[in-house]
Amino acid sequence: MTALRRFLPGGGWLSAYAFLYVVFLYLPVIFLPIFSINTAATPKFPLSGYTLKWYEDLPRTPALLDAAWNSLVVGVSASILATVFGILAARSITRYRYPGRRAINGLIMAPLVLPEVIVAISMLLVMLQLGLSLSLFTVVLGHVLVCIPYSMTVLTSGFEGFDRSLEEASADLGESAFGTFRRVTLPMVAPAIISSLLVCFTISLDEFIIAFFLTGTDATLPIYIWGQLRFASKLPGVLALGTLLLVASFLLMTVAEILRRRAARRTQNEGGLYA
Amino acid sequence: MTAAAEGSPARRMTRARRNALLQSEPVQGFALISPTFLYALILLVLPILVVIAHSFWTQNYLTIDRTFTLENYRIALTEPIYRDLLWRSLYISLMVSFFTVVLAYPIAYFISFHGGRHKSLWLFLITIPFWTSYLLRVMSWKVILGYNGVLNSGLMGLGIIDEPSTALLYNSTAVIITLTHAWAAFAILPIFVSLEKVDRTLVEAAKDLGDGPLRSFLRVTLPLSVPGIISAALIVMIPTVGDYVTPKLVGGKDGVMIANAIQAQFGKASNWPLGAALSVTTMLIVTLIAGTMVLIIRAAQRLAR
Repeated sequence: MTALRRFLPGGGWLSAYAFLYVVFLYLPVIFLPIFSINTAATPKFPLSGYTLKWYEDLPRTPALLDAAWNSLVVGVSASILATVFGILAARSITRYRYPGRRAINGLIMAPLVLPEVIVAISMLLVMLQLGLSLSLFTVVLGHVLVCIPYSMTVLTSGFEGFDRSLEEASADLGESAFGTFRRVTLPMVAPAIISSLLVCFTISLDEFIIAFFLTGTDATLPIYIWGQLRFASKLPGVLALGTLLLVASFLLMTVAEILRRRAARRTQNEGGLYA
Repeated sequence: MTAAAEGSPARRMTRARRNALLQSEPVQGFALISPTFLYALILLVLPILVVIAHSFWTQNYLTIDRTFTLENYRIALTEPIYRDLLWRSLYISLMVSFFTVVLAYPIAYFISFHGGRHKSLWLFLITIPFWTSYLLRVMSWKVILGYNGVLNSGLMGLGIIDEPSTALLYNSTAVIITLTHAWAAFAILPIFVSLEKVDRTLVEAAKDLGDGPLRSFLRVTLPLSVPGIISAALIVMIPTVGDYVTPKLVGGKDGVMIANAIQAQFGKASNWPLGAALSVTTMLIVTLIAGTMVLIIRAAQRLAR
């Protein structure tokens, strides 16, 4: 009973569990960098020695460089488009009240909870029916759809608590709708927008299923990795590439999170000041 | 000055018009959301309708025969391979959502009740692994569980086993472990949100009235966080039913799931209508389970009151 009492008020037991849980979350991820600097071609313990050769081989692989370029193109296009769609929708959801608002919001957020394979094959069917040839463009179309919910989440948290009277004041002082947006709204929500761009880029960079179904002959990085996974000898190279992607995602997400918080704080504080 | 004076009547008119528009909130709100709404309609709703239509058609080599038939559904539901795959996918996804929720609850509780000033830091810490490539996370489990993998070589190094175990990889357990890890963050967030909403004074009241920590947890906190538990379970269950990468990489023969069969119908087997019927069946079953879960919980909550 004393043990239970200690557990529930969250004393030592709960903290210990939290620690173990974080280890469980991080452990598999940490093996990637560890084995990417190991000399042995198969990932196993004990480690055989330190090397950077797997990293040095990466820039010498033309297929990899093509895939990286494709991923960059897709990621930038998808994140910009998804964020534009996200801005419109998040603004509408946080600013206006109208019938059907929740249903529309639910539909826009739906890709988040649908099995990705089904989303991917249904888009594939439509694109083939429309006679669209599969290319990086079709991948972008798919990525935009799955990125919008994330963009919405980031942007609504940035737009919420936004003080409407500021915009009304601007309109009353004779600013046009666009001018109000550019000079009042945009500066306040800019961090949320940048955060949304980074989140969407990260998702697009890592997304596999939709790219796998919707691409023609062009590979993105995850598709390239998928192809390499068939060859056991290519594993260290994949681990090295994976480590680089890991670091990139981590940096992007940290910056995105800092900006998102700043946006949330800014709208709330300044709204409070002028209200 | 003069320019402003000249422009003012026109400006007043546009402002009057703008105010009229401002007053009709629904029009503005809907206009603003319509591009995103249309995008979702064209790239999500329309495609799903097309899939549903295909599921009632048949295919002769490359041409689609558009006469209505339920044959695909008969195959999807009665052919042993597809029936087994559906059952296994459901079993795996239910196990995964059970384990993720059970493992995630204490963490969400810890962060919500004992996170102090560092709540958002904890949440961020927990979501980071989720932002790394899904493919790579699955692959790292392959590295861990494989024949020459981390676990086997570690256990052998410690002298616990003599030769590598093949029981770790290429079965449905490996799929469950990998998916449980992959979806952990998704389960924590909804539970955390519902725990945050629990009125702390109620917990104190229970304690003041003589409930011990365990009883006050079981009678106050846990029931109040049930909505979070349900949404966590659903958020994990729905996408995992249709997971493709994990069964393909770590599932082996015994871990194949329905998504792999669906993919095969759109790929090698090239039977789109059957693939469509399998997709629709999966979606329907998932919706049915999700709906039942929500209904049961609502009924239970009404009874509890």
